[in-house]
Amino acid sequence: MSVLKWTYEVDGTDFTRAGEASSNLKKKLRALGIPAEVIRKVSIALYEGEINMVIHADGGVITIEMSPDRIDMILADHGKGIPDIEQAMQAGWSTAADEVRSLGFGAGMGLPNMKKNSDEMRIESTVGVGTTVYMTVYINGGPKKADA
Amino acid sequence: MQEFFHSVTLDWDKCKGCINCIKRCPTEAIRVRNKKAYIIAERCIDCGECIRVCPHHAKRATCDSLDILKNYSYTIALPAPSFMAQFNNLEDVDIVLNALIAFGFNEVYEVAKAAEIVSAATRKLMATHDLPRPVISSACPAVTRLIRVRFPGLIDHVLPLHAPIEVAARVAKREAAEKTGLPPEKIGAIFISPCPAKVTATKMPLGTDVSAVDGVVAVSDIYSKLLPLMHHDSIEYMSETGKIGLSWGSSGGECSGLINDNYLAADGIENVIRVLEDLEDEKFRDVDFIELNACSGGCVGGVLNVENPYVAKTKLYRIRKHLPVSLNHLETADLVDGDLDWDTPLEFVPVLKLDENVWEAMMKMEQVEEILQSLEGLDCGSCGAPSCRALAEDVVRGLASIDDCIFRCKNHDDVPAPFRTGGEEKGE
Ligand SMILES: Nc1ncnc2c1ncn2[C@@H]1O[C@H](COP(=O)(O)OP(=O)(O)OP(=O)(O)O)[C@@H](O)[C@H]1O
Ligand code: SF4
Ligand code: SF4
Ligand SMILES: [Mg+2]
Repeated sequence: MSVLKWTYEVDGTDFTRAGEASSNLKKKLRALGIPAEVIRKVSIALYEGEINMVIHADGGVITIEMSPDRIDMILADHGKGIPDIEQAMQAGWSTAADEVRSLGFGAGMGLPNMKKNSDEMRIESTVGVGTTVYMTVYINGGPKKADA
Repeated sequence: MQEFFHSVTLDWDKCKGCINCIKRCPTEAIRVRNKKAYIIAERCIDCGECIRVCPHHAKRATCDSLDILKNYSYTIALPAPSFMAQFNNLEDVDIVLNALIAFGFNEVYEVAKAAEIVSAATRKLMATHDLPRPVISSACPAVTRLIRVRFPGLIDHVLPLHAPIEVAARVAKREAAEKTGLPPEKIGAIFISPCPAKVTATKMPLGTDVSAVDGVVAVSDIYSKLLPLMHHDSIEYMSETGKIGLSWGSSGGECSGLINDNYLAADGIENVIRVLEDLEDEKFRDVDFIELNACSGGCVGGVLNVENPYVAKTKLYRIRKHLPVSLNHLETADLVDGDLDWDTPLEFVPVLKLDENVWEAMMKMEQVEEILQSLEGLDCGSCGAPSCRALAEDVVRGLASIDDCIFRCKNHDDVPAPFRTGGEEKGE
């Protein structure tokens, strides 16, 4: 065994359950004795990704692969896709509807936060087909984060 | 590793092994084996939840008996702010303070006084912006202990000031020593406590090596003895606290002392955990201060109190209504170095992790997940562990056997035909 693997179904219809995957993973990482700073980064990045799957893409599947030196997160959905990834990554850019904004989301800070809290991040998206976000957080330093 | 003293303990004769307590413990510290409950010492935070929930009164708080007064030549009573909310129709705090003197204490120092000083010190510290935001209150020792074992990422946020009781004991003892000329060991500072967490906090303090509190008696032990001593006339003026000090007795009171609207107050251990989880995920972006109390309603909800917490909260409001805002200030308080600031930092104690080594921990977690697959997932508690996952972890830690699960002995074929549902039987 070299990795532990967990999958989480993200229900795109039940907003009140968004965040379950990140809080469940957080408990596991704590039991594994992962440093607090790493847990913090992973749970913030994953939570934002999870919320995006619910708000912008009707849910999907999260896969976590963890080895002693790194945590890989793969967030795959079959939602509407992101037409311009570079634009979506900009702080403050959001297509969130007013009703979502009234709940305090839609500041356009999710993707920038995910970028900030992960050591590596990559987005693949096709309009009308879906989006997959790959994020990696290293446990004991790992290779240095490349400039954004 | 530090030794563990706990105020909360089990009365073996009374425990029936009913498992009512195991699920309520916020740190999963209780197991039932051979029809008796056990508390895993390193996990317990002395919150008192299990005392509250035990139908057989088998969980108890160890406090000092009132006889402790005899050990000292000079005694100081330190009544908690919430203590003033335990009496019916009390319109004047002085009635309680005078009764404490009549009971036999030489002097009274209100913890509420020290609370006003801590409020002032907190305001000053917050103004420096040296602490990471939001700052988390350190006044409830059950919460501080919870953070220490479960929320390592938040340790930096905990306000590094002594709780009002500790400040009160330090100042009161020093003043009494000057006044009487007695050596400190002849002076006893005795706290009248709403909760077991405060007992533990004085016997095994965090943030300091030795507490200045010499003894802790339960509100419930002294309450009935004070009632006949409470008189309305010919009492001395004694109280030196304003609204802020007394407010500390219920949830939101500490926040009100900050004179800043950017705060949040949560009470009840489950709510506290929810707030800490969200805080860890940085879900509160614009909050400066967080007050957390393990008990519902704040310290008025402490398990050693006698009055219903909600009634007590109303009483506290009533008593403080006509008081000035605050009577104690940093500039005029008689403080020396160390009265307020922690002597030792708070350190993370990873009692919940599976192994020291991440690799080993991962192997163990894989075993836990395998075992978990084979369990029913009902979290029924009949095995003596609070959840199926907790049993699986215990098995991997070598503390339990998978055969402790009562469903492992059951055979599906034994189910009488009328109870079988229409669906197909699961494959072999
Ligand atoms: N999984 C996704 N599927 C489709 N579109 C997405 C997805 N994730 C993000 N987007 C698009 O990218 C935009 C920016 O996302 P980002 O998370 O940064 O902000 P937001 O979700 O709109 O607001 P916030 O995260 O601050 O609440 C979104 O408004 C949305 O248009
Ligand atoms: S006092 Fe609190 S932490 Fe300790 S065993 Fe009881 S419920 Fe658990
Ligand atoms: S809320 Fe007050 S009474 Fe309850 S455990 Fe904390 S300090 Fe004790
Ligand atoms: Mg977002």
